[in-house]
Amino acid sequence: MSFFADVANQRFHFADLKTLLAKATPLRSGDCLAGVAAASMLERAAAQLALAELPLKHFLNELVIPYEQDEVSRLIVDSHDLSAFSVVSHLTVGDFRNWLLSDSATPEALQLIRAGLTPEMVAAVSKIMRVQDLILVAQKCEVVTKFNNTLGLSGHMATRLQPNHQTDDISGIAASILDGLLYGNGDAVIGINPATDNYAAVTQLMKMLDEVITHYQIPTQSCVLTHVTTQLEAINKGVPVDIVFQSIAGTQGTNESFGVSLSVLDEAYDTALSLKRGKVGDNVMYFETGQGSALSANAHHGVDQQTCEARAYVVARRYNPLLINTVVGFIGPEYLYDGKQIIRAGLEDHFCGKLLGLPMGVDVCYTNHAEADQDDMDMLLTQLGVAGVNFIMGIPGSDDIMLNYQTTSYHDALYIRDVLGKQPAPEFTRWLQNMDIFEGNGRIGQAGRLGPFESSFKALVKE
Amino acid sequence: MTSKPENNHNLSKNEVDIDEYQNDKWHELRRFTQARIGLGRAGVSLPTHHQLQFNLDHAAARDAVHIPLNCETIVQELANHSLPHVRLHSRAQHRSEYLQRPDLGRRLNRASVETLTQYQSTQSTSSDVAIVLADGLSSVAVQSQGSELSRKLIESLTNHSLRVSPICIVEQGRVAIGDEIGELLQAKSVVLIVGERPGLSSPDSLGIYYTYAPKLGLTDANRNCISNIRPAGLSIDDAVARCCWLILEANKLGYSGVNLKDKSQESADNAAAINSPTGNFLLGN
Repeated sequence: MSFFADVANQRFHFADLKTLLAKATPLRSGDCLAGVAAASMLERAAAQLALAELPLKHFLNELVIPYEQDEVSRLIVDSHDLSAFSVVSHLTVGDFRNWLLSDSATPEALQLIRAGLTPEMVAAVSKIMRVQDLILVAQKCEVVTKFNNTLGLSGHMATRLQPNHQTDDISGIAASILDGLLYGNGDAVIGINPATDNYAAVTQLMKMLDEVITHYQIPTQSCVLTHVTTQLEAINKGVPVDIVFQSIAGTQGTNESFGVSLSVLDEAYDTALSLKRGKVGDNVMYFETGQGSALSANAHHGVDQQTCEARAYVVARRYNPLLINTVVGFIGPEYLYDGKQIIRAGLEDHFCGKLLGLPMGVDVCYTNHAEADQDDMDMLLTQLGVAGVNFIMGIPGSDDIMLNYQTTSYHDALYIRDVLGKQPAPEFTRWLQNMDIFEGNGRIGQAGRLGPFESSFKALVKE
Repeated sequence: MTSKPENNHNLSKNEVDIDEYQNDKWHELRRFTQARIGLGRAGVSLPTHHQLQFNLDHAAARDAVHIPLNCETIVQELANHSLPHVRLHSRAQHRSEYLQRPDLGRRLNRASVETLTQYQSTQSTSSDVAIVLADGLSSVAVQSQGSELSRKLIESLTNHSLRVSPICIVEQGRVAIGDEIGELLQAKSVVLIVGERPGLSSPDSLGIYYTYAPKLGLTDANRNCISNIRPAGLSIDDAVARCCWLILEANKLGYSGVNLKDKSQESADNAAAINSPTGNFLLGN
């Protein structure tokens, strides 16, 4: 079906739904690279007008990627819940925005419609929302998940402690873990990106994380972010694995480029569940996504990158993940050119994920070839804190010495918790207090305390 | 510089004890990692010195992205070891186009395609491994380690009786350009050595991407990657050993990528595990 809008004495035509969605998307370099972006600002504004007029029902009749061609499209259609949709089925995209912002859209109401929303509906409404809309609505969506602790409760914000080391050196990783825990980081997960996919090195890291968490009885979970098949091999050989990680995307072809499919993920999910390792819950998966991955894999089907990203969340939703984060500024300036584009994309991803019922975290980050800096990250971090992001990354001094990009630091987590009055996960906060790292009031104690690491540190210094 | 006031341990009520706020006792763990640990705090925030150091490092990394590769120097270094080379260029004409159009950086320009086609037409046999040196996002890395890494890799491959094509030096090249080069040279596999995007603490890091049966249109799932090759990271010798292991293994299996697991360290690690503790000081060993 084609669409049009009349503005400024011109008629703008849009050939089909994916074209309309792409042209209505706020400017970003990836859509320009893909050749799907609006040709002018006026065309973008016209597309947004036409999109606002579109009934939500239309999204059930026109897919952006055909059902027969793509297993993610099939998942979207086959998992759609018509009765959950009935609450908003009479609305246009524009009125859906009005409803989301209204007092009628209570946290409970938003939870009830989750299964009735398709990722394309959610992406569509985000395209006609401002930053403050994306924040206001996301703040109403609470998504709570559990493994060894409870994540996503309102008034709390967690961090993934990311102790990466460029050669996977155990002592180097241990040093970053000590630093992070003493800064109150690590409740979402202690998660290492290994420098290689080398099986022996990866399993050594898995064992090391498990030993530390067990020894200090830390209420958190571990993860080594290697390919899902490597983690399955480790599980089958008895290596301790808490939550299973995989990068995913919103088209079948992109997932194939990652070496995965729904059936591979199904197997990973079943295997992880069967371990029954979670002490307080059974959310066992950890996913990462990011705008631009489909274009990077040349598997976007002419769909804009933000809509592709929202489709990835339906893949994630199938597996009730503990954590999902969008690595928003990681992929590079060819997809999100500068701080302005990264900020908006981060808030869109967080909003879309939350509305679809996912425990969204955001890797608030940028690379050294992007036009961005720490000031841009402070803006996105603060806005996400207000929006109620489930977790962010925590890394020493913002510098990932393995992945070569800048993300949020241990200090940044303390900052956002301070200015917004947030706490880490409740179980983790109690541990920090018991270990003399946090005060009884939930704030970090005097600088320089070694907490539970006093003796191992002193033994080390004596050497 | 003025010397530190002697009475700073004896503060009046209105003065702030800066040292007490800013020190982390575990700063010396920096001997284990280049990660920015033990920075201390001003309140909960970064102390001024570390904030300004960060800005300085970011400025250096930003500049490194834009320094062009000096091909003449590399050619000279290869010539000193009698290693043949070919100079190629991607379809991205300059750095700013390269940054915004990765598609252009993945393909050879017309002249380069002709160069390789012509070269290959003079060859009676095809090679086992095509070696590509591409500037990528850090020409500094290629400049400082590229020729040494290629030389040692070729030595090692030759010892395994593998035939190697002339080294292809590519300007404004991205990872996937290796597929096109390997295909044009009809090589059994391609090793692409590329400058990785510079980190704050590592403007000089190389990556190796290995693909068996290279041809246009392959994805990352078909490749194996060895990253962080630099003086403070993975050594050139270790990188060469891992790369050779991958090549020999792929030759046996007939594929590369996610299904080819890098187990090159397995036997060494198993031996190490028996003979020594894990080295995790958090557990007192």
